[in-house]
Amino acid sequence: MISHKEISNKEVIQEVFSLINEYKDLNAFITLNEENSIKKAEELDNNPSDLPLAGIPIAQKDLFCTEGLRTTCGSNILNNFIPPYSATVIENLENAGCISVGKTNMDEFAMGSSNETSFFGNVKNPWGKDLVPGGSSGGAASAVAAGLVPAATGTDTGGSIRQPASLCGITGIKPTYGRVSRWGMIAFASSLDQAGPMARTAEDCAFLLNEMCSHDEKDTTSLDNDIPDFEENLNSSLKEKKIGIVKDLDLSSLNNDVVETYQNSLKEFESMGAQLIDISLPNISLSVPTYYVVAPAECSSNLSRFDGVKFGMRSEDAKDLEELYVKTRSEGFGDEVKRRILIGSYVLSAGYYDAYYKKAQQVRRLIKNDFDNAFKTIDVIMTPTTRGPAFKIGSKGDDPIQMYLEDLFTISANLAGLPAMSLPNGNIENKPIGLQIIGNFLDESTILNFAHMFQNETNWHMYTPEGIKQ
Amino acid sequence: MSWETVIGLEIHVQLSTKSKLFSGGSTEFGAESNTHVDLIDMGLPGVLPVANKEAFYKAIRFGLATGANINQTSSFDRKNYFYPDLPKGYQITQMTQPIVEKGSIKIAVDDYEKEINITRAHLEEDAGKSIHDMFEGETGVDLNRAGTPLLEIVSEPEISSAKEAVAYFKAIRQLVTFLDICDGNMAQGSMRCDVNVSIKKSDDKELGTRAELKNINSFKFIEKAINFEIDRQIRLIENGECVVQETRLYDSEKNETRSMRSKEEANDYRYFPCPDLLPVIISDKELKEIKENLPELPEEKEIRYINEIGLDESEAKIISSSKTMANMFEAASSKTDDAKLVAKWLVGDISALLNKDNIDIDESNLSAENFGILIERISDGTISGKIAKSVLEEVWETASDVDEIIQSKGLVQIQDESILEDIAKKVIESNPNQVSAYKAGKDKLFGFFVGQIMKETQGKANPKAVNEILKDLLQ
Repeated sequence: MISHKEISNKEVIQEVFSLINEYKDLNAFITLNEENSIKKAEELDNNPSDLPLAGIPIAQKDLFCTEGLRTTCGSNILNNFIPPYSATVIENLENAGCISVGKTNMDEFAMGSSNETSFFGNVKNPWGKDLVPGGSSGGAASAVAAGLVPAATGTDTGGSIRQPASLCGITGIKPTYGRVSRWGMIAFASSLDQAGPMARTAEDCAFLLNEMCSHDEKDTTSLDNDIPDFEENLNSSLKEKKIGIVKDLDLSSLNNDVVETYQNSLKEFESMGAQLIDISLPNISLSVPTYYVVAPAECSSNLSRFDGVKFGMRSEDAKDLEELYVKTRSEGFGDEVKRRILIGSYVLSAGYYDAYYKKAQQVRRLIKNDFDNAFKTIDVIMTPTTRGPAFKIGSKGDDPIQMYLEDLFTISANLAGLPAMSLPNGNIENKPIGLQIIGNFLDESTILNFAHMFQNETNWHMYTPEGIKQ
Repeated sequence: MSWETVIGLEIHVQLSTKSKLFSGGSTEFGAESNTHVDLIDMGLPGVLPVANKEAFYKAIRFGLATGANINQTSSFDRKNYFYPDLPKGYQITQMTQPIVEKGSIKIAVDDYEKEINITRAHLEEDAGKSIHDMFEGETGVDLNRAGTPLLEIVSEPEISSAKEAVAYFKAIRQLVTFLDICDGNMAQGSMRCDVNVSIKKSDDKELGTRAELKNINSFKFIEKAINFEIDRQIRLIENGECVVQETRLYDSEKNETRSMRSKEEANDYRYFPCPDLLPVIISDKELKEIKENLPELPEEKEIRYINEIGLDESEAKIISSSKTMANMFEAASSKTDDAKLVAKWLVGDISALLNKDNIDIDESNLSAENFGILIERISDGTISGKIAKSVLEEVWETASDVDEIIQSKGLVQIQDESILEDIAKKVIESNPNQVSAYKAGKDKLFGFFVGQIMKETQGKANPKAVNEILKDLLQ
């Protein structure tokens, strides 16, 4: 990553804050951690450390609890919430030497694909101030793309790492469900949420992922499997490796440039010796509707704790308990969050549970089975990450369905619990776009290997937006 | 046509684990408000539950003791509703795969016995407490209890009277205390119950509409609440009205039940599998270990007391009916060779004192050790039974050591025949009239002489020796 032999840790951190300040209008951060960060850097300068990520400035998505540092989840309802404890991910990264410089902006409770649902205002894409950065980890993607920080954490429930990585031209990976502890991650949809790193390159992501993953007894869904060294396989040859191409995905509705970019990348992999194999995922077209039953159902329950009783905001003028709940939640939550709580409550309600929630869980199982079958014969699956490059702020405002379709290609990996990443593979009208690589269960190493080899041969990941210092 | 009552009970048993069902928070009762609460109990954003295996082990003990099926794979669901003392806005419970299913328990009512089937027993977390009387115009929330493991034991609707309901509750209480899975303390809310009551005409095949009586925590109130509810429902139907399905609250002061909420107002709990918790798997090895270490149950104890120790049936029944009584019996018996004497004292004098004070034996000042010493002193002749009674009373009041009382009050029995003979001679000399009357055939006066000697010795004379000496001297 950054080698700072010549300059002090303190100078690096000070430079980070001066950049953040200079590009304040990106609105990538909700809360900064300047004083603490500089103190930590000074400590490092006085007592040099050989920790793997010593002194690396990192931006933390504002959905991870940080002890003593405000954590809002992009919501008014947590506007004043200062957690008394830190998420395992935060602890793991800080124990490896990272300095958490601030908390990044995001869609409220990670519900959104454009960062327009944040209570703290939308984030801008450094590739165009009128463009969305994607979401929900939009602040993280924007900060890395603008070069404010070399690394950021994100979370991905239906594409929230991969989609903004694609729209901002950076690299991000969502690991296998259970690789990274969810302790201290404010839950959106517990069975889908997974944290992962966002950085410029696959190699950087591997460094970060090495430190983020851990088996955590505080999270019973955290996996007890061995965690490999993700750097080890980065340079393995792709000869004879098999790339699955999903013939059930209809690319005809996509912009020609997107399809062409995608096909060019596939050719690049072929030239490195990999083979393209047609595969079938017959139920993949059901991913979006399945997701929009399961995720809202879980969120409707997960967000019940925000009731104005114990923490977070409380409406001032409630006359009784019922009003306290109604007013606090009406004032505290934004429209998209309310919409999903409504959908979720509906699909779980007596008389509808079997038709919606139960059915969706059954379809989810079928989708997972499709992937299991496919991975018997292939090493990775490739698709475009998004249907197109970054769109204009406000352009999909009134149509939630159009917004939900943003996650068409990414959602199935969450439903199946599989690792998946996005890396820059082209530019369309001076806007970056990404390639998605989905891996087999626990096989992050192979997708990182594909991504790294691609980045050895291409320089899409080196492209930077105009007017951004690097 | 007569009315038939159909009752089902849901008993919530607080399991006596050290920590809570999903956190390391302490379950101790009576601490200052909100001091036994950790991040998980508060339902802070980002926290996750981890299931406490100990609670499963305790639930399994109950299942095994009631001959139930143990689901070696069981899972958790969320029951969603809003209330200030429910920190997460949902309760984690076992809806679809409870740990225990299909057991049964025997109850005894007056002159008959009956088997009541248990539908299921599942684990769930307790809520906190809302405190309405501490702050003027405001409600306080105490989360100490939040997350305490509960075993909810659901009976089949096979209970036919208030008396049977009480007997059932008592049988469950006896069992869970013997199994050492709950302290059975009703006053502290360790056991609470909801009662479903409906009535029907004897020859009706279908059940009547039921009312659910919430949160009753004493035997007396269960009986009263049910009897009130039966009367109310019969009156309604005989007046041509209908029973509505609703939740009713029992007011012990007014001895009445009143409506809390109707079916229409009832919450839709939107149950669904808790995505934070994987199914809990109990291995064959774990199950075997729990089986092998299952404590002796009341019926087994009763049989052992009769066959191996030689107690009367009635003594054995009384002593084995309560965990604390049986513990006392076994501990004291180990301190003496005379277990039957131990039983006699427990069933006699000690039971009388317990009844008088209306307490349980473990709440009394009498320790098993002290009691064992008392029995030992009786059997080795140090004190007489009569003196022992006064020693017991003193221990009951002050918890002092038995030997210390005997020493400090000089209660050691006089066994020395030469001392007793001297005293007897003195008594005979000073009562010539009574001596002549006795010798003339007034046998009853023998007791007078015994009494005089006891008076002289402050009751410390060995009665057997006194009898023999007097018989000799008065010949």
